[in-house]
Amino acid sequence: MIPALFFYLFAGICVASALMVIASRNPVHSVLFLILAFVNASGLFVLMGAEFLALILVVVYVGAVAVLFLFVVMMLDVDFVQLRRGSLQYLPVGGLVGLVLLVELLLVVGAWAIGPGVQKTVALPIPTDMSNAEALGRVLYTRYVYFFQAAGLVLLVAMIGAIVLTLRHKPNVRRQVISDQLARRKEDIIELKTMRPGQGVAEVQGESR
Amino acid sequence: MTNAVELPLLYPAMPEIVLAVGAMVLVLIGAFRGDRSTGAVGGFAVMLLIAAGVLVALMPSETVTTFGGSFVVDSFARFFKLLVLIGSATAVLMSTDFLSTEDRRKFEYPVLIVLSTTGMLMLVSAADLIALYLGLELMSLALYVVAAIDRDRIKSTEAGLKYFVLGALSSGMLLYGASLIYGSTGSVTFAGIAQGAAAGGVGLTFGLVFLLAGLCFKISAVPFHMWTPDVYEGAPTPITAFFAAAPKVAAIAVFVRVTMTAFPTVGPQWQQIVVFVSIASMALGSFAAIGQTNIKRLMAYSSIGHVGFALVGLAAGTVEGVQGVMIYMAIYLAMTLGTFAVIIAMKREEGPVEEIADLAGLARTKPGVAFVLGMMLFSLAGIPPLAGFFAKFYVFLAAVNAGLYVLAVIGVVTSVVGAYYYLAIVKVMYFDEPAPALSPMRGELGLVLAVTGLFVILFFVYPAPLVNAAAAAAKSLF
Repeated sequence: MIPALFFYLFAGICVASALMVIASRNPVHSVLFLILAFVNASGLFVLMGAEFLALILVVVYVGAVAVLFLFVVMMLDVDFVQLRRGSLQYLPVGGLVGLVLLVELLLVVGAWAIGPGVQKTVALPIPTDMSNAEALGRVLYTRYVYFFQAAGLVLLVAMIGAIVLTLRHKPNVRRQVISDQLARRKEDIIELKTMRPGQGVAEVQGESR
Repeated sequence: MTNAVELPLLYPAMPEIVLAVGAMVLVLIGAFRGDRSTGAVGGFAVMLLIAAGVLVALMPSETVTTFGGSFVVDSFARFFKLLVLIGSATAVLMSTDFLSTEDRRKFEYPVLIVLSTTGMLMLVSAADLIALYLGLELMSLALYVVAAIDRDRIKSTEAGLKYFVLGALSSGMLLYGASLIYGSTGSVTFAGIAQGAAAGGVGLTFGLVFLLAGLCFKISAVPFHMWTPDVYEGAPTPITAFFAAAPKVAAIAVFVRVTMTAFPTVGPQWQQIVVFVSIASMALGSFAAIGQTNIKRLMAYSSIGHVGFALVGLAAGTVEGVQGVMIYMAIYLAMTLGTFAVIIAMKREEGPVEEIADLAGLARTKPGVAFVLGMMLFSLAGIPPLAGFFAKFYVFLAAVNAGLYVLAVIGVVTSVVGAYYYLAIVKVMYFDEPAPALSPMRGELGLVLAVTGLFVILFFVYPAPLVNAAAAAAKSLF
């Protein structure tokens, strides 16, 4: 009873906030609703007993991705109202197409359920005597080490790509060159001048020339 | 708690490991030495690719699987890996000139090509859906970046962005299909899917359609070809040459492996899709290319058409058909690289040119280049006794033997239509008033053109090695 209640609570808020992500006028509000949707989705994961995934969802999506979105929205100053101006005009046709698709999908998939034999062929059964994190850790670097390393390579490519496409060395920027700083000697940069009373700096310089 | 963990076999994946580690070393060299090291990094990249090719060639000929059955090395994989490595190494070699100009001297370019090639090798060896997806992403992500690498030219960035957005969409479709397949068969390995697929079901068919749609995107088969002409035109020419060669070969390989090993029991279902895609690609490739004036766009439509021809062999669904696809891709690779060697060399003092009209009178200004390019174009059109004829011959033969007469007839008709625009270029080269002469061709481009030209012209003298290798490799899938 209680789990069902929480399921509907999380699921309801999740769907409602997802709707608000695309409906709200202010893009910052959109991102905040997105965070709400993520948090509720992680609640759903907890209900399913996948506490590791739930925490990862919060840490990665709320902690990193959503904050990044927020930065982008605030810094790029995109006029979302302008972008969305035409959308209402296409709503009737688009909605109709969506509705037809939904009905078709329901007609096709409605009678279909996941095969009963599927449970028997799962690659790895879910262990009951240890926590999620431990169970994942046991297979991630052993059985799935190939996938893990391949995903690492994909991230490396993403990093190289971001650098090569966006990094620009501006010609007029003065950079710190530590070796030059350390190599400076007093004799090269300090000039001692004797100043007589009543004489200005300009006159001393004129004299020395 | 301290169970002994068995280390997976690493030697089947040695070429991939060598390429990945080598790419990381090259990144470090580039990062420390800056863009001055571009030439050296490019040279090392070619050597790495050749070393990986040697490793692939030296592997024992039996089928080995490792990493819990998600990575398989058989004759089929080795055949395609060699093709991919040849394509990539040639592409890096042909970019030497592009990389030597001041503002394009980026050491990341060869590194990204090596990483992309690693992804292609992983893709060719993938024996489950996760490995397939990871290989595909590694390959494509690097491709999106190199498409936009000339970032100050608006066409290049447009090409990169278009490729990225559409590629991401196709990845989404592929993943959706993969999840549906997993849901209805309970397995991600191809062998497990083949077992679970015997029962069939709506979910499986849905998943199959989405998976094939995602793969069709990567091989740019109609109706998922929209990005191809724009990306081929916008990307810098050496990169277009790379796009048209290696990634296409790898994607075709995985297309064949998925349909043959994961869905042998639902053959009629994917066969319909492949037949449709094949006919549509052949037709569009032949008709849409007629009006093109830009030679890179023309090659884009030509590559769409060729993918359609290769899929004719797959539609047959027999050993003979797979053998046909493999021969087709090997010959396609040679023809594409040879043709692009000339297109890359199309430049005058003021910069590169890429209109077909710029080739006018090439037969008078550069008779040798014009002759070899003419042979390439005749071969692309499928005129005997050049290699391109045999490529088409083997796939059509397989289709006829499998009873797909209509498909074979449509294929022959579209290849006749396609011959028109290839011959139109030959006509421009030989009979039009000469345009201002092009700059002399660089040595490495001349070498590529000579080698591929010899292969294309003399293939009919001694076709046995390729045909036998393809036959042996095709058998390893069944």
